[in-house]
Amino acid sequence: MEPDTEAMLAGLLRASLAGDEKAYAEFLHRAAALVRGFVRRKGGMDTEDVVQETLLAIHLKRHTWRQESPVLPWLFAIARYKLIDAWRRRGRRIDVDIDDFREVIAAPEPQEALNERDLGRVLDALPAGQRSVVSSISVDGNSISETAEKLGMNETAVRVALHRGLKALASKFGRGGA
Amino acid sequence: MKTDDLISALQADSAVRDMQLANVWKAAFAAAVLAAALVFFAMLSPRADIAAALTTMRFPFKFVVTIALVVSAAPLLFLLARPGQRWTASTLLVVPVIIALGVGMELFTLPADALKSAWIGKTAMFCMVLIPLIGLAPLAIFLAALRYAAPTRPVLSGAVAGLLAGGIAATFYAAHCTDDSPLFVATWYTLGVLGLAAIGALVGKFVLRW
Repeated sequence: MEPDTEAMLAGLLRASLAGDEKAYAEFLHRAAALVRGFVRRKGGMDTEDVVQETLLAIHLKRHTWRQESPVLPWLFAIARYKLIDAWRRRGRRIDVDIDDFREVIAAPEPQEALNERDLGRVLDALPAGQRSVVSSISVDGNSISETAEKLGMNETAVRVALHRGLKALASKFGRGGA
Repeated sequence: MKTDDLISALQADSAVRDMQLANVWKAAFAAAVLAAALVFFAMLSPRADIAAALTTMRFPFKFVVTIALVVSAAPLLFLLARPGQRWTASTLLVVPVIIALGVGMELFTLPADALKSAWIGKTAMFCMVLIPLIGLAPLAIFLAALRYAAPTRPVLSGAVAGLLAGGIAATFYAAHCTDDSPLFVATWYTLGVLGLAAIGALVGKFVLRW
């Protein structure tokens, strides 16, 4: 891993927490690539599954990062937790040593999301209101205001539905999906 | 859903500001002490001879033990609540070391025929029931705070939450309890606190997954 990855990622996340949305997207893309490389290296099954679960957890638990602490150990501890959890749900065990992170190489997202067992599957289990908001913003790529207009909601309601929908996605995923 | 699509959704949700974990812990700790105090003063009261007892060695020693437990369990719990923090449980060892010193003094100073009654005391059952009872609400508060955090070791984190709740509960209970022998504390206080730790570990296994 490049030695300055830590400094760059920490800077991006710090900027994100201060309200910089662009920095946040950049941080998440880079985090996704690192987690993907890590899961693949562990002989990953359903790699993109674990990547997406980890991203959701990073998002919902980002207040647990201490801004004065290094970000990579935090990020990989979350990825490790989610990877072990994914294996456990399949009735298997995996040992992930903390040193496994040292040689992780970032990996790009596959062109097509090939596997069925990703978030799209649990998306269908969300209540209709949350599902339409989450898929409008994620799959269709609309902004908050475009989504509000399309669905005839006000922006606050869209934000609330999005946040609740993401939380529901995370917990449904943890219970083995729909 | 493609990962890029998910990132778009997360980015759109990034304006939500969560409470800083450090502030959550401060609030949780204050609420836990308050909850323990409420249960304590609703059911019990400080012993009548507390002023005289404070001039002895054995009564204040109980607080040294219980406060040492609080002081060593709290930082460990805060570390376990954040992914990727280096932690060690070895600081907790200060508590058995202090207890062992007290027990050593007691064995050295007390005549042999008085040891058994000092050890059994008069209130062992109360102690084992009341410490968990006072500590239940604090434990629930710490588990709720842990759910807001991200403990990657749910069972261990639940157990340490139980130790911290037990330390707070035992500090209150010690003010009521008239059995002051370190032998008594080493046995019955420990059992009460470990009971809370066991409850915390068991509940943590189920409620602390995220």
